[in-house]
Amino acid sequence: MNYNVNEKGYYGEFGGAFIPEMLYPNVEELRQKYLEVMAEPDFKKEFNQLLKDYVGRPSPLYFAKRLSEKYHTKIYLKREDLNHTGAHKINNTIGQILMAKRLGKTRIIAETGAGQHGVATATVCALMGLECIVYMGEIDIARQAPNVARMKMLGAKVVPALSGSRTLKDATNEAIRDWINNPVNTHYIIGSAIGPHPYPDMVTRFQSIISEEIKWQLKEQIGRENPDYVVACIGGGSNAAGTYYHFLHEPDVNIIAVEAAGLGVNSGESAATSVLGKEGIIHGCKTLLMQTNDGQITEPYSISAGLDYPGVGPMHAHLCKTGRAEFMAITDDEAMTAGLELCQLEGIIPAIESSHALAIFEQRTFKPDDVIVVSLSGRGDKDLDTYIKYFKL
Amino acid sequence: MNRINQKLKEDKKLLSIYFTAGYPSLNDTVTIIQNLEKSGVDMIEIGLPFSDPLADGPTIQASSTQALKNGMTTEVLFKQLKDIRKSVSIPLIIMGYFNPVLQYGVEAFCKKCQEIGIDGLIIPDLPVDVYHDEYKTIFEHYGLINVFLITPQTSDERIRFIDSVSNGFIYMVSSASVTGSQSGFGDENTAYFKRIADMHLKNPQIVGFGISDHETFTQATAYAKGAIIGSAFIKHLTSKKIDTINEFVNFVVK
Repeated sequence: MNYNVNEKGYYGEFGGAFIPEMLYPNVEELRQKYLEVMAEPDFKKEFNQLLKDYVGRPSPLYFAKRLSEKYHTKIYLKREDLNHTGAHKINNTIGQILMAKRLGKTRIIAETGAGQHGVATATVCALMGLECIVYMGEIDIARQAPNVARMKMLGAKVVPALSGSRTLKDATNEAIRDWINNPVNTHYIIGSAIGPHPYPDMVTRFQSIISEEIKWQLKEQIGRENPDYVVACIGGGSNAAGTYYHFLHEPDVNIIAVEAAGLGVNSGESAATSVLGKEGIIHGCKTLLMQTNDGQITEPYSISAGLDYPGVGPMHAHLCKTGRAEFMAITDDEAMTAGLELCQLEGIIPAIESSHALAIFEQRTFKPDDVIVVSLSGRGDKDLDTYIKYFKL
Repeated sequence: MNRINQKLKEDKKLLSIYFTAGYPSLNDTVTIIQNLEKSGVDMIEIGLPFSDPLADGPTIQASSTQALKNGMTTEVLFKQLKDIRKSVSIPLIIMGYFNPVLQYGVEAFCKKCQEIGIDGLIIPDLPVDVYHDEYKTIFEHYGLINVFLITPQTSDERIRFIDSVSNGFIYMVSSASVTGSQSGFGDENTAYFKRIADMHLKNPQIVGFGISDHETFTQATAYAKGAIIGSAFIKHLTSKKIDTINEFVNFVVK
């Protein structure tokens, strides 16, 4: 079984590029050039240099001793939370800004939900001196004021998405419309492993530095490259894609994908796409998405703003359908508890997204010898307000 | 012969009007279609509303959101149109995004369209390549004309391909934009209209996006067979009653 994208842009039956003709020239240009550009020695050098000196990579692979003791197994945390800007998102924005420059683009647009990808995009635009416009749902702008301020300080223009449900999916629609209106000078930096081909594959490749490092770090620490499990939370699925990438075709590595169950998978307030979703088209790709019987896209819910996307990247839809990955759903309460536990056992305040991945240890038993790598995709600073309210701190 | 092909043979510039089904009120669909025909419109695009219409601007998105709130669904639309051919004879096209069609089932959708007397479909996010490889035979089996878009950025080679796959008309997007986002055409638009006319395609072209009044209609049809009005008509429906449709049409074609 092949879990990578095929030449037509599909992962099994998922993926493709279901885009209006207005977007075709842009997406086609990217499709024709992205692999070639990424393979250029110059590009690689600049990318790796920035990851090292600017982002602070490699991010540590940390053996969480007290957490491991509690759950009688061996838990390693891949510390993406220590990256510049506080999450894995920057790996992709660095890659795409370099791509945009090589394609001769002078104007950058992005969508953002909680604001992490928006901040990561505004950051690299400041770094490269490019104009930056970030679309963000009107409701998210109100919920995530500190990130809006960060983007503004970094010189980005934050445009409210006023249509539809005024959250992430609508911000994505607005960014796509902007791209339709500005087809020549603009590059759209999508933040997750979603969108029309080649975006899911391009984002996955930029994020694959995560699993590339895990391999040699694990080899250094325990003498073997492959863990028994890799675990990551999934909204659209960019940190998960990067965490799994170099293990996809290693059958002895089990893959666990953790979705946000919100108030409970069947509560009507959930973002567990693998359970609640059906095959369909969202934002240019065929994948699993939450929708009405009639094909209208519905609004998901999670306490974590980074996981409440109604779809999931096409690679993950394929991993789910083929059974290559095991999908688990974690509720708000379970995630918040796991987040607090990490603070108290390891002195690390995780992003609520990442807390979902940590919550599986209460749900599922592992063997004492199992080596489990969990992607700690982001840090919890941005979530302090939510933590304060939830735990009445 | 398909009503669209017949209409395209008439020796006149065609006016096609888009409206969102279920807007302003859920049950306005049939009345709007009848009034449009009575007002002398040549062709109608019935918009099947979608929650996330990527290619549309704020006017059409807002009308879609309202239509969905009003209770419009694929099933409801098909019920409303059940007897439409008893009172309306001009070409009718359903325009909608691919996901609702996919959920209904592409073949079931096409079959239903044929039963009702729908002549064609416009599905902006179903790319010509995918259509050609997977769905063309189904559409043709049910006698439906599928209409593709081209834009000023579409390469000549791709336009030729689209022309070869098309069997009705080509929907020529006037400029790089979403619907309802510009006013008036400049030299750049005219040059593009002329460039396409000079390609002598087998399918006639109908211009859409940015046509709102008599002037833009005249400019758009100087080189093309016709023009489509969407957002401007929706705005008219929003501010006026649906029995004033003829005022709008007269204002455009005079």
